[in-house]
Amino acid sequence: MTAQIIPSKTSAEVALAEAFGTARAKLPGNAEVAQLREASFESFSKAGLPHRRIESWHYTDLRALMREALPLAQPPGAEAIAALGKEMRAAGLPAQSLVLVDGVFIPELSAKLPEGVRVSSLAAALAEGRRDVVTALSAEWAGVKDPIVSLNAALMQDGVVIDIAPGTKLDAPIRLVYASVSATPVAHFSRSLVLVGTGASVQISETSFGSGGRKGQINNALVIVGGDECDIAHTLSLTDTEPGSLRLESFMVKLGAKAHFDSFALITGGGIVRRQIFLRFDGADTKANLRGVSLLRGREHADTTLFVEHCAPGCEGRENFRYILDDEAVGVFQGRIHVAPAAQKTDSKMLCKALLLTDKVAMNSKPELEIFADDVVCGHGATCGGLNEDQIFYLQTRGLTFAQAEALLLDAFGGELVDELPDESLVAAFRAEIAAWLAKRPQGARL
Amino acid sequence: MLEIRNLTVSIGDKTILQGLNLTVRDGEVAALMGPNGTGKSTLSYVCAGKSGYNVTSGEVLLDGVNLLELDPDVRAARGLFLAFQYPTEIPGVATMTFLKAALNAQRKQRGEEELSTPAFMKKIKAASDMLGIKSDMLKRSLNVGFSGGEKKRMDILQMALLEPKFGILDETDSGLDIDALRIVADGVNALRAPDRAFLVITHYQRLLEYIVPDTVHIMAQGRIVRSGGKELALEVEKSGYKNYEATAAA
Repeated sequence: MTAQIIPSKTSAEVALAEAFGTARAKLPGNAEVAQLREASFESFSKAGLPHRRIESWHYTDLRALMREALPLAQPPGAEAIAALGKEMRAAGLPAQSLVLVDGVFIPELSAKLPEGVRVSSLAAALAEGRRDVVTALSAEWAGVKDPIVSLNAALMQDGVVIDIAPGTKLDAPIRLVYASVSATPVAHFSRSLVLVGTGASVQISETSFGSGGRKGQINNALVIVGGDECDIAHTLSLTDTEPGSLRLESFMVKLGAKAHFDSFALITGGGIVRRQIFLRFDGADTKANLRGVSLLRGREHADTTLFVEHCAPGCEGRENFRYILDDEAVGVFQGRIHVAPAAQKTDSKMLCKALLLTDKVAMNSKPELEIFADDVVCGHGATCGGLNEDQIFYLQTRGLTFAQAEALLLDAFGGELVDELPDESLVAAFRAEIAAWLAKRPQGARL
Repeated sequence: MLEIRNLTVSIGDKTILQGLNLTVRDGEVAALMGPNGTGKSTLSYVCAGKSGYNVTSGEVLLDGVNLLELDPDVRAARGLFLAFQYPTEIPGVATMTFLKAALNAQRKQRGEEELSTPAFMKKIKAASDMLGIKSDMLKRSLNVGFSGGEKKRMDILQMALLEPKFGILDETDSGLDIDALRIVADGVNALRAPDRAFLVITHYQRLLEYIVPDTVHIMAQGRIVRSGGKELALEVEKSGYKNYEATAAA
């Protein structure tokens, strides 16, 4: 007698299959896109929700953490958009803002961008079957094989596609502003693409509008394709996740030769956050800098996982991530750096530092280097610990109270990476967000 | 006036200070000399309030108030200042931000108003000019990437800004070249005042050529074994500490 093992689907997996079954006919895209969606869903379905036995998801077991799948978001209604528009006008959105509401691009709330920049909705690009956009959906693109990215490709409802013409230089950042009008927690799947032409220079900043803007289950993907000699600075403020929410952010970046790429993310807020960065050096002599600060308290869980692929020679990669963990929070950092045989003269350094403020927090830090070229410099480091007592004492001898000394050191720990950002207004904004997070800490809580 | 009475301090099972007595009057510069490992730095840390030391007896009175019962920041606000042998590096905290935070924290503890930015800048400029500290150093992270001399000058700059009643200089001369030594000594001398006193801890007589003390105290095996005028430093320079260690052991 032979026993056949049939893996049982979780209720969330069953609900996702049902949601795809119902929605597929209505999801945007031509026949080719529809086929890609089918293939993507099948790929997800085979793997199921990632769980602890999948190495890259070991510390963020979605099969256990995602008990249910929320209903798919409906496109926002005209009335809700009008009300939101009023709110946005009153608050004053920064220049060059492109607004996405529940994952849907809303041109009437968005700014007109200067010459050299073309903007369309993802839905329109999929409907017309734009070649470069469709190519970027396939699983093989940039070597991204991840069930959550596949799920995003299957169910993506909308997003924005930004084309930056070769040689365009933009002084102010293009802002992707996320907002929500859904009254109940929903799931939404969105994907945006930024295609940066040769020699173009651009800043992309992802922020949110309003409080409670990101409730529910969000599977968001941002794809950046940088041409040769481009210069891209990206920031993400992920500070609005509501408690009980699930936030899955996939950031896929592919860079040409002699390009320069810089990215910073601040993560605070409730619920479970998984941010995965797929960075591929496709052209020679490119430099990329990935940075992030995660500030977690309560029972928050934030995972940043990097997949950095060095495929071309002479590239430089810097990955620098910091965590401050309070209460019973859980931090995860995984950094996989793969250096292909052709990527000689790769220079890569990765560092993760975590400050643990209680003995109930957990930090999981895992670097992985896979080096197949023989002439490279690759290093990594990780630290976990409390605040330095000598530093606290030094500050106290100058008159700062214990609480003041602690606050100054925590602010410095997070702020140090922020200060490296090229734009002063972004530095000020992120430092203010860190200060706001610290201000909510009970004063003088002894370590 | 600082009075240390019968101070006994241990770390774990080891007794470091053994019933130490020392008085430094207002306006006085007292030098504390002694061989390695005799407890000079322990004395400075205990006065400033570092944790990890077990005070088994005695008191440290600044103008009659026992500092040992106060947190380190309260001691600072009451006028105690410690210039560290090895000033701590604090990455990410801009020196200027730190100086302002320290000054205002002390003023707040004393119930004084915060200093306005122009008044603060004026004070900073005067002190940094005196110590040859360039303005770009004030923008950098505190003590990070500073040379040994720069770190010591930064500590003296803090002392000039905070205007303590009592300054302890823990081997401020260590690691300084002759020019830096002179700058630091000039900085300290400029702060000498009838209502301010100093305890200058050093191994060598050299620093005392620049900061001329009123009294010299020799420490051995955890207590003061001899006190005298500035000529005592010269005597130590000639004969070393051996005789005093023998005295302490007797």
